[in-house]
Amino acid sequence: MNKSEKARRQFLTRIGQGVAMAATGGLVWSYLIKEQANAAVLAIRPPGALDEPDFLAKCIKCGQCVVDCPYDTLMLAAPGDQAPIGTPFFKPRDIPCYMCEDIPCVKACPTGALDPALTSIDDARMGLAVIDIENCLSWLGLRCELCYRVCPLMDKAITIETNPRKISKHAMFVPLVHSDACTGCGMCEEACPTQEAAIRILDPSLVQGKIGEHYRLGWKSDTKVTQDFKPVPRKGKGTKRPEGPAPGQDYLNEGISYD
Amino acid sequence: MTSEQKVKLGPNGKPIRYYQVPKTLGGKLKAWRYMILRRILQFSTLLLFYGTFNWEWKLFERPVLSGNLSGSEVLGLIPLADPFAVLQILLTGHWLENSVLIGALIVLSVYALIGGRVWCSWVCPINPVTDFAGWLRNKLGITNAINFNRNLRYTILALTLVLSVLTGVAAFEWVSPISMAHRGVVFGLGLGWMAVAGIFLFDLMVLKHGWCGHVCPLGAFYAQVGRVAQLRIAFDTPTCTHCGECARVCPEPQVLNLKKASIAHMVASGECTNCGRCITVCPEDTLKFDLRSHIKRSSITEPESVLP
Repeated sequence: MNKSEKARRQFLTRIGQGVAMAATGGLVWSYLIKEQANAAVLAIRPPGALDEPDFLAKCIKCGQCVVDCPYDTLMLAAPGDQAPIGTPFFKPRDIPCYMCEDIPCVKACPTGALDPALTSIDDARMGLAVIDIENCLSWLGLRCELCYRVCPLMDKAITIETNPRKISKHAMFVPLVHSDACTGCGMCEEACPTQEAAIRILDPSLVQGKIGEHYRLGWKSDTKVTQDFKPVPRKGKGTKRPEGPAPGQDYLNEGISYD
Repeated sequence: MTSEQKVKLGPNGKPIRYYQVPKTLGGKLKAWRYMILRRILQFSTLLLFYGTFNWEWKLFERPVLSGNLSGSEVLGLIPLADPFAVLQILLTGHWLENSVLIGALIVLSVYALIGGRVWCSWVCPINPVTDFAGWLRNKLGITNAINFNRNLRYTILALTLVLSVLTGVAAFEWVSPISMAHRGVVFGLGLGWMAVAGIFLFDLMVLKHGWCGHVCPLGAFYAQVGRVAQLRIAFDTPTCTHCGECARVCPEPQVLNLKKASIAHMVASGECTNCGRCITVCPEDTLKFDLRSHIKRSSITEPESVLP
């Protein structure tokens, strides 16, 4: 190996080492970020917060929403809190969002991480109230209904339904949350009189299911498409259906008169 | 040997003198003047944020300084923002509202004028921590445990920008101990003290000027911003005896390359933080704050023959 070849190899090795060190650092760094981002789902965000990935990208962590919140609801996450460092969040059980009509936190946001398009606080979706029906006093048969009374969207976000009780003539009056109206302000969680709140605000992604696009609720008037399943015509030899009832048809009840 | 022969002469033919710590309090305060001003600015900035948030300080019925060093608003009118944080966010592919863009532009322009790293030594809340660590390691005579190239920070700066693109969030803002510190002072520290303590120990025990001089990508960013800064340390070439006092107190001694300085008649590097330490220790008053354009003009009229 001549001298220049050796120097070349050393040079290439150096570059490789540099890149490897940067990559190692970058991987650890990315891991730290990813771990933090995973905690985001536990944080209840201020009104108008964009969808979490966009919010996490755009929030500059300046805390101006926190400064302008008149009820000291909002906090900036310190290292160790259950939210990515420096992002605003609130704990509804301590201080809920009182849904100011002028939404000062959104106005304070300089980046647009809190969407300036949010003009009516009723359209905010900070989280979703979820009831633990095993520990809810109303569901246990008492007349509580505090969450229903304090709800700023009473009869829209929380309704009271009557449920017949098994062992008594009296009906139960149970609260139900409706996700199409609940803003996640948390006034219900703060008001809940049980030792640990039986109604609490959670990120909808933690609690909401999704039935899937293919389900059609044919008995509901607002489901437009009730029968969009069209069997594909078979080709070739097998196209002719066999005579008589197809397998799986209701042959067991054949001959029964329904008159 | 005569006493005259004992005296060492500088390249300008004058005897080399060294810095004497002033004996009187007035002399000491004068020697510490920039350090005192820096501490006042550093702590009063944090105090204004703290007072506006916790005590609702108002001026003309408007909040004085709302937010923190990542983004803020002066008197509810003038937006300010950390241009490095804004750059990272833009690299994630998200456009931002005008307010924060204007704020970043204002801050960027100011630092481009007075020196990017003026942020580092005059505003950054980590600076008192690392200065204290530096002072203490000097007192205790602690030597470096490891050493890095000072250009490591530019690799980390590049990594910050690449990771912002790849992870979709402002990569440095998510781990920045600087932001943890100033956010912590205003909005609650949590475990943020760990990051600050980590930097203190690193600077004290592991590497001299370790964080600010080798690692911090924000300082690296501002070093680039300050490349064309107007406010510079002017270097009066004929008076310099090369005693080296300036480089001994400088947190970025590579910027005080006397050969380069004597040609440029100033400390030209953007890595200079304009802290003013060198000015106060120079026994010959060779160094002073001046404007780049003024230095250039006066250096042209100066006769070249006095150069050593």
